[in-house]
Amino acid sequence: MGNMIIDGQIVEFNEEKNILAVIRKAGIELPTFCYHSELSVYGACRMCMVEDKWGSTLTSCSTPPKDGMEVWTNTEKLKKHRKMILELLLANHDRDCTTCEKSGRCKLQEIALKVGVKKIRFGQEKKEMPVDDLGPSIVRNPNKCILCGDCVRACQEIQGVGVLDFAYRGSKLQVTTAFNKALHQVDCVNCGQCRVVCPTGALMIKKDMDRAYEALQDKNKRVIAQIAPAVRVAIGEEFGMEPGAITMGKIVAALRKLGFDQIFDTAVGADLTVIEEAEELMDRIQNRDKLPLFSSCCPAWFKYAEQKHPELMDNVSSCRSPQQMFGVVIKEQFKKLYKDDRKENIVIAIMPCTAKKFEAARPENKTGGIPDVDMVITTQELAIMIQENGIVFNELEDEALDMPFGFTSGAGVIFGVSGGVSEAVLRYYYKERTAAVLQGISYSGVRGMEGVKEATAEIDGQKVRIGVAHGLKNAENLIKKILRGEEKFDFVEVMACPGGCVGGAGQPIPQNNDVRRKRARGIYKVDTASPIKRSEDNPAIEALYEGVLKSNREILHRHHK
Amino acid sequence: MNDSRFEVVDCILKKYDNNKSYLIAVLQEIQNEYKYLPEELMEYVAEKLDVNLSKIFSVATFYENFSLVPKGKYIIKVCDGTACHVRKSIPILNSMRKELGLSDSKHTTDDMLFTLETVSCLGACGLAPVITINDKVYAKMTPDSTVEILRTLRSEGQ
Repeated sequence: MGNMIIDGQIVEFNEEKNILAVIRKAGIELPTFCYHSELSVYGACRMCMVEDKWGSTLTSCSTPPKDGMEVWTNTEKLKKHRKMILELLLANHDRDCTTCEKSGRCKLQEIALKVGVKKIRFGQEKKEMPVDDLGPSIVRNPNKCILCGDCVRACQEIQGVGVLDFAYRGSKLQVTTAFNKALHQVDCVNCGQCRVVCPTGALMIKKDMDRAYEALQDKNKRVIAQIAPAVRVAIGEEFGMEPGAITMGKIVAALRKLGFDQIFDTAVGADLTVIEEAEELMDRIQNRDKLPLFSSCCPAWFKYAEQKHPELMDNVSSCRSPQQMFGVVIKEQFKKLYKDDRKENIVIAIMPCTAKKFEAARPENKTGGIPDVDMVITTQELAIMIQENGIVFNELEDEALDMPFGFTSGAGVIFGVSGGVSEAVLRYYYKERTAAVLQGISYSGVRGMEGVKEATAEIDGQKVRIGVAHGLKNAENLIKKILRGEEKFDFVEVMACPGGCVGGAGQPIPQNNDVRRKRARGIYKVDTASPIKRSEDNPAIEALYEGVLKSNREILHRHHK
Repeated sequence: MNDSRFEVVDCILKKYDNNKSYLIAVLQEIQNEYKYLPEELMEYVAEKLDVNLSKIFSVATFYENFSLVPKGKYIIKVCDGTACHVRKSIPILNSMRKELGLSDSKHTTDDMLFTLETVSCLGACGLAPVITINDKVYAKMTPDSTVEILRTLRSEGQ
């Protein structure tokens, strides 16, 4: 508690850990590359420097506020300082902006413009380091790296994976993997949180748009889209809408304009997952077997578990993810539906996630050598496709999904947010269909943005303990407690990205807690507005279990044995 | 894993109580043993100390003293500190490079006999220009006398 004087204006501070937060609260926007409120303070980029009343400069991100402190944020000295730093960064940067995919979304470009860099007095240093585009999800271009270390901290502090770090030193300093290997050769889980924080084009989503265009133009292909829950509350941000704005109808309309033949909601796949996973859990609780059951729908978590906890793989649900369940079901259904035509069915999943690209390419997710989901397009890629085709997103009239999978449940939609899988499973157990029961579940502790959440539910006189973690580092801490016997759970839901899929790396940037919270609110709004709350009440689901799934329900499960 | 090197590393790790704070000491001992830091052993150390492999790579590339590539039987260090430099250490380096077929980017001979590198100062300025071969100091060298030493070592080494 206290008062600071910022640019001559008195500003009160309370909980703020650093001057930068106080300055931003006062409505002054200081540029930063290396500061992210969710990550540790690094103080490397030196853009947030302020001047105190004695004329010395200090980094506002790493200086705690003190009562009576007086700082200036935009003196001539500081302006000169910032320009110089940017000139030096740019002298060392691949400045081919016109062909850079990050152009227009690049923080380096944005800040250089804001600070007013008009000329770079230093010669350009041409670095020609190899670009790593060998993996399925992330492209790493070290020539565009400005060494802010954001990706290093995101990988270590959010995910506890730590495949990136600084190497070499001085002018040879680089951010790289151990032994300079490609990302797919190290323990990268493809979550893409590194690219969420990367200010430049050094870490990018591996784009599959060209493959999508190719399929869309092919007359011999029937292109079927499935749209994940988290996409509808985020894509609007690319078109100037608020985070959390629900745009499902517009997405459907845009996809039709792009030439998709059939458009469905991945929430149907999630409904299938809820039923399969809930029954698997009940089975295990009744047999006291392999508990806790871990969720399996997050591909980054799944890869992490395989690498780090092979001993727990029997505890990970045998369910395939909603994307994969729905992919296989769509293909089965369409094979039956269009027996006679020779069109090839192509499933394109629109996902908030970079790891889903990896998941779709996994060998066990293929049937007869053909992937169940042919390709994955992230929210950001879809936004680019919409822009490339001159579709005015904001003016589109809402359109509805196609049959036979036109119905979804609220339970399926809340899969897009941390705690949603647990809540959906709980809804399946409570057979009483009253609003009070639903509200009870939503208050049980599964909702919210805390890194680890715990809830207890009573089902048929049995207490069921549920743990929810988002961020793999939080998950790892929870697992350690479980392995040490300090915590006992029946079900543990893990999502790798902060906030769950709404905070996925395929989503628009910038992303922070505030944005993620708004997107989560959007998801819950969709649920509230949906007349069908429970997965098993979705008529599309009943039809499936009576139809294509009648005798081969096992296609919904991994055959990992 | 019937590679005896892992047992050697186990011994080293045990000495330091598997404590990750001693990472640099552990790496030094491994390098003393094998003259460089083999990748498989680094993976093993990462697992045992619960440190990310990228962090070990970061430490190993930060310090000039650590090497990630195998070194020759004889490690020659040419001092290029100020005193040695003005007393013509570079011609010595060049004559050795020529003799051994090495360059700025290639430091070790294909027969794994010699590794040639420069150091900033060996602290023996009174003996300039000075080189060390496997930590044995050779004082007041000339291009010719170094080449002679190399030839003797080569006949001994083979």
